[in-house]
Amino acid sequence: MQQSSTAVSRFGNALTLRPTVSPVNVPADATMLAPTAGSKMQVRMLDFFYGKTQALFKVNLTIRQHSVTAFIGPSGCGKSTLLRCLNRMNDLVEGAKAVGRVELDGTDIYAAHIDVTDLRKRVGMVFQKSNPFPKSIYDNVAYGPRLHGTKDKRTLDALVQSSLEAAGLWDEVKDRLSHSALGLSGGQQQRLCIARALAVQPEVILMDEPCSALDPIATAKIEELIFTLKDRYTVVIVTHNMQQAARVSEQCGFFLMGELVEFGDTKTIFTMPRDRRTEDYITGRFG
Amino acid sequence: MKDFWRGGSLFVWVSASGVAISLLMVGGMLTLIMVQGLGQFWPAPLEEVMLTNGQTVIGQAVGEEASPSSINEQHPEGQTRYRFKVGNRDAFGSDFRWINGADIAARTTPLDLVGIERREWGPAYGRVLGVLDRGTNAVEEITAWPDILEAIREAQALHYRIQHIEREEVGDINRRIEAARLERRRLTLEGTFSPREQDKDSELAATMAGLEQEYHSKTSELESLYHRAEQKSLILKLSNGKTTRLPLAQVIAVTRPNAMGWFEKATTYVASLWGFVSGEPREANTEGGIFPAIFGTVLMVFLMTLAVVPFGVMAAVYLREYARQGAVVRLVRIAVNNLAGVPSIVFGVFGLAFFIYALGGSLDQWLFPESLPNPTFGTGGILWASLTLALLTVPVVIVATEEGLSAVPRDFREGSLGLGATRFETIRHVIVPCALPGILTGLILAMARAAGEVAPLMLTGVVKLAPSLPLDGQFPFLHLDRKFMHLGFHIYDVGFQSPNVEAAKPMVYMTTLVLIVVVVTLNFLAVVLRDRLRKRYATSGV
Repeated sequence: MQQSSTAVSRFGNALTLRPTVSPVNVPADATMLAPTAGSKMQVRMLDFFYGKTQALFKVNLTIRQHSVTAFIGPSGCGKSTLLRCLNRMNDLVEGAKAVGRVELDGTDIYAAHIDVTDLRKRVGMVFQKSNPFPKSIYDNVAYGPRLHGTKDKRTLDALVQSSLEAAGLWDEVKDRLSHSALGLSGGQQQRLCIARALAVQPEVILMDEPCSALDPIATAKIEELIFTLKDRYTVVIVTHNMQQAARVSEQCGFFLMGELVEFGDTKTIFTMPRDRRTEDYITGRFG
Repeated sequence: MKDFWRGGSLFVWVSASGVAISLLMVGGMLTLIMVQGLGQFWPAPLEEVMLTNGQTVIGQAVGEEASPSSINEQHPEGQTRYRFKVGNRDAFGSDFRWINGADIAARTTPLDLVGIERREWGPAYGRVLGVLDRGTNAVEEITAWPDILEAIREAQALHYRIQHIEREEVGDINRRIEAARLERRRLTLEGTFSPREQDKDSELAATMAGLEQEYHSKTSELESLYHRAEQKSLILKLSNGKTTRLPLAQVIAVTRPNAMGWFEKATTYVASLWGFVSGEPREANTEGGIFPAIFGTVLMVFLMTLAVVPFGVMAAVYLREYARQGAVVRLVRIAVNNLAGVPSIVFGVFGLAFFIYALGGSLDQWLFPESLPNPTFGTGGILWASLTLALLTVPVVIVATEEGLSAVPRDFREGSLGLGATRFETIRHVIVPCALPGILTGLILAMARAAGEVAPLMLTGVVKLAPSLPLDGQFPFLHLDRKFMHLGFHIYDVGFQSPNVEAAKPMVYMTTLVLIVVVVTLNFLAVVLRDRLRKRYATSGV
């Protein structure tokens, strides 16, 4: 009981503290098909299958550039599946099939001529469980740039530093860059993974429940970080935690059983949900 | 009683005794081998036994038992008889002698008894009377111990000089002559006779003639050295009262075990142990050292490792990372696992038929036609033996590597792929490094199996006595075509194929002990390496 009341107050705070965004009242249906100004990615009529099981049903949405978009919903609703469609990580799953279009800057990323590694370079990803490689901190951050051909030591040094700075980790690790990344705490590891993703200089960053394994303080740090990241990157975040979605995102999509129930401005969704199911979920009646 | 059964106390006892019995067996085996093997180098006392019939026997007591023929109704426990190692095989015909306890009048250990290690005919025991010079036919009465040692030392120096000339200098001349001969033959085989080739041919012939000359001068030098070496002989009084001449060139070492103090015995012990490990075999392998066998075993395992790891790892990577996990891959996996259970001699036959006859034969036709009909690669050699064992152990490496690969968390793969790495880059930079401990586990198992295999090696390149090591100072240093010696085969050879099985018994135990030490050392090194890698690539540090 106490927990829920603090959650509500935090949620309220977050809403008032957040900078106001111009309300764009976008309905979550076919009218979304029209490209909006400043859109970075567009999902159109996307169906997704794991073998014979359909995981997503006719999803349509637009992700705005330099903004934070959150996907919420109960477990198994398809929010992670959609996220992993955005950089084709689902290709790795045997028997997975996507029908429909996912556009990045107007180009269908599922088209035949698309180079998946190039796509993933532009659309980076941070995972639910922090997964630094068993290498040094420096080598973790330099991993991506090295793959993509940056050999020069000085360029790499600068890139590692700026990425770690952008991830807010530089001051904590600058003296032990050659130490193993596995010696870092859970929250630091997750920020290292963010720095690692940033080092490839992506345009979009996908985050799959990045705070689910972290304590509240580490979570707060990551949320702060997400907030600063949107100035330069487009961020898409999947979260279990509605308060978190309310705190960090500008746009929000609510998923239920593979369906995008409602998509729109976060403030609107959390204060005046149009769909009854959204309201039920947000007010905690199920989920 | 029912509670006792249900409570499982019995089961605890049974399973614990299983462990105890296993430990006992392993411990017993090691103890037996160590006692039997390491004991032989300790200088045992030389006894002089007076018999009731007036004879004397000099030797080391090596055993006793109840004489089977003496057991009758009056003496149900029988009479004890003793076994002595009396040496002097050339004089007595046998190294050992049984003496009935009843025939012994006295047993003493006089200080002046001498044990002599010889190049031929096994040990000699007796008393040194002096040194005979054949040139002057004068007997110099040397009986003081330091003088005897000095005489032996001189003879040893001469022996090493002869050996050096024979092995290095004459060997080198022979090699050059052989090279020139092959070069000439190659010119003949090519069949063209341009003036330039004619010139080259005659030039080669001249070189050969020069080398022959050199060879003859070396031979005459050797002859004079041999003559000098045979000048002096040790005069030895045997236990039967007769004297015998023992050329100093035949002597390797003399000891007076009865006069030795504890420290001196220990020094002798260490010296003979070192001689065993670092020396070359003599007398059909029943004496001397086993260094060529140790070297051959280690080098063979090393070459096998070089061959098996890349193939095993690549196969495992394909099976685990690339291949579609379906019926075919399952079938391949079953086949690989079954391959590990095929008797090793089968691999030996395959190695002989495929590597040696087919592959080696073709290589000879193609690369070394001038030395045919003498095969170069078309006969057993360390390369073919290593490849055969690599084939034998590749399933072990595949299975262990696959396990290592499947233990790499999916998060690492996704993390790498999510950064825009290709599958190959992910495997190379993340997955294989993380699977290294697993790969090394496979390597350890493979090495342990390979070091202990003998059967396939007998078909593919192991010999009783290899004239030269497969790795030496001669270009190209590593001679993959050479035959080699192996500890496992050495045990078999010494224990069952030697003319003097009884005298060679301690050698069998000692060689076994060395084989165990070699295998354990190799494994230990690999385990240390694996643990270091494990620390470096630990998959969780939180």
